[in-house]
Amino acid sequence: MASLIACGIDCDVHPAVPHLTSLLPFLNDYWRDQVTTRGMVDLVSQSYPQNSPITARPDWRPETGKPGESLEAMQRHVLDPFQLKHAICNPLYGVQMVFSEDMQAAFCRALNDWLAKEWLDRDARLRGSIVIPTQSIEKAVAEIERCAQDKRFVQVLMLVMGDTPLGKRALWPIYEAAERLELPVGIHAGSAYHNPPTAVGWGSYHIEDYVGQAQAFQAQLTSLIVEGVFARYPRLKMVMLESGVSWIASYLWRLHKFWRGVRMETPWVDRAPLEIVRSNIRFSLQPFDAPPEPETLIRLFEHMQSDELVLFSTDYPHWQFDAQDALPEGLSPDLVRKIMIDNPHATYPRLT
Amino acid sequence: MNIQFRENQEAASPLTVKTAIADCDIHPARATRTELYPYLAKRWQHHLEVYGVHAYQGMMEGPPYPKAQPNASRRDAYPPEGGPQGSSLAFMQKQLLDPNNVQLGVLNPLNTGQGIRNHELSAALCSAINDWQIDKWTSKDKRLKASIVVGNEDGLSAAAEIRERAGDKNFVQVLLLSRNVEPLGQRRYWPIYQAAEEADLPVGVHAFGFGGNPITPSGWPSYYIEEMVGHSQCQQSALASLVLEGVFERFPKLKMVMIEAGFGWASSLCWRLDKAWQRLRSEVPHVKRPPSEYIREQVWWTTQPMEDPERREDLFDVIKWIGWDRLLFATDYPHWDYDEPSRVLPAGVSEANREAFYLGNAKKLYGIN
Repeated sequence: MASLIACGIDCDVHPAVPHLTSLLPFLNDYWRDQVTTRGMVDLVSQSYPQNSPITARPDWRPETGKPGESLEAMQRHVLDPFQLKHAICNPLYGVQMVFSEDMQAAFCRALNDWLAKEWLDRDARLRGSIVIPTQSIEKAVAEIERCAQDKRFVQVLMLVMGDTPLGKRALWPIYEAAERLELPVGIHAGSAYHNPPTAVGWGSYHIEDYVGQAQAFQAQLTSLIVEGVFARYPRLKMVMLESGVSWIASYLWRLHKFWRGVRMETPWVDRAPLEIVRSNIRFSLQPFDAPPEPETLIRLFEHMQSDELVLFSTDYPHWQFDAQDALPEGLSPDLVRKIMIDNPHATYPRLT
Repeated sequence: MNIQFRENQEAASPLTVKTAIADCDIHPARATRTELYPYLAKRWQHHLEVYGVHAYQGMMEGPPYPKAQPNASRRDAYPPEGGPQGSSLAFMQKQLLDPNNVQLGVLNPLNTGQGIRNHELSAALCSAINDWQIDKWTSKDKRLKASIVVGNEDGLSAAAEIRERAGDKNFVQVLLLSRNVEPLGQRRYWPIYQAAEEADLPVGVHAFGFGGNPITPSGWPSYYIEEMVGHSQCQQSALASLVLEGVFERFPKLKMVMIEAGFGWASSLCWRLDKAWQRLRSEVPHVKRPPSEYIREQVWWTTQPMEDPERREDLFDVIKWIGWDRLLFATDYPHWDYDEPSRVLPAGVSEANREAFYLGNAKKLYGIN
């Protein structure tokens, strides 16, 4: 494996909300009452069943409780041994599955406040992502503006499978706010399950949902590019989190071919898709979904025609690699430095 | 390759392929709206006039996303005698089969009985289109071979149609579309695979179709280009479903052809499936081997629309990862994104790989001597 270097940025770690009741101190009386009198249960997404092998590495799995719910464990497992300067916390609590915009807004606000108090306040290396209530664009923008006052929040977080394709114009006020406040928008694997998790319907298995994340990212990139998000918000950065990376180049070859063929349909797309990706889109390293041979890895990075696209991540506590082997074999020391330090700093202006 | 945007194209480029080729994705069209009626019972003719086909989409006529040109087809492919592109055998011979020396042309009719909600009508239309393929095309030009079109949402009637046509040398494969009501590995479709395996016919899965699901897992996008690019994601999900439901394990002699969805994604999907399977195989104990092994042994890919990297050699890494023995050349005639045979492979490909790519793999798969 390529050697890690100190002072890296881990762009994707997942602190877990122990239970919905953990959010009660951050809810107002009305919502506290709703949660308790309606007997609401814990909001755990099917995307990551608690005991699924992919949800936690065996040696990162606690004896009790949810993987990722303990700060001390996160310090012991990643922050210390990887000698990280910062780690960006992306909570995957199931608030996106809620349909009511009022309830979702209350839960997102509570989740963000919980993250600041229980995590960011307790370890200066941690940074946060703002989880937003996408059932209401207005409320989502308000939540971004509220949290952005705390400079430890360094990005906005959305799921790759939501209610609508991410390029849709109705969502653009979110992107306007993010660009204005120097917040990249992180798009994380996972679904609100408001649509079937594949474009051909509901599969039978958890593994199918997980493999399908890559196709969801592909569809979202198409939407973001052809709707013209980056023509309108040229300084906006988007980070595909837990997306996989081996599909990027071949996907762009296809998009490029059709863009050349039918660009009259979306004339505002004034640059080739690959150029837009190079300037505005980044991808987290894990899960690194390529075979272990270094020669294949080298060709895949060659295909991307850029050493700026990939950002270091461990995806803690998800099980993507063993021991300290977060960096695949075959990366040059220069590329390791780009991935672990330079690229994340170039992406997240709020990291200092 | 978007040849319609190229002006002053040379009549005969020096690179023109003169050796014989197979074209594994040709779309024959009906010249008139009622051309299938002679093959349909009166009841269904009446039904179509009154109710239409009642597809898994909202439009009575035409696609949900307007194409970029009429019938998504080349503007130079209208037959001189009239009718839509692809509806005249004589003009297809003149424009496609003769100049490109097509030795084997596989017909994949679209807009048939697939993707419609009335399953009885679906079966009747599929049977009609199969008779029509023989009468209008394969009986009149021996280079052309038909696909058995089946009512995709009703596995039992589809299997019956396959058994009815099995052994008929006019047909070389069973045709499905990628977008169905459920992912293609689901059990409702297994009778199709069983019948195809028994008949020793590959199952082609052509991009497109309608199953009522949005073409992204985040709902309906805005543009035709999103649907076009999205077909490759649909195909990936359909193939993942086939592997993970154990279809290849259960039907080990089944061969499947991924048609018109690109192939650049194939190796990436295999790696991702293998990696996830290592972690999560206890959920799918019926998948006994790494997913990539089933795909390597039982799946073929047609080439068009070939992915288009800035550096052509990048694509050859991907072909090497998939295997030169698994690609089947296709033009997609008469559609607009037709790949021109003389231009898809640059110099530097070995003679053996070139021959396999253009002809050998297809003849072997489809059992043509």
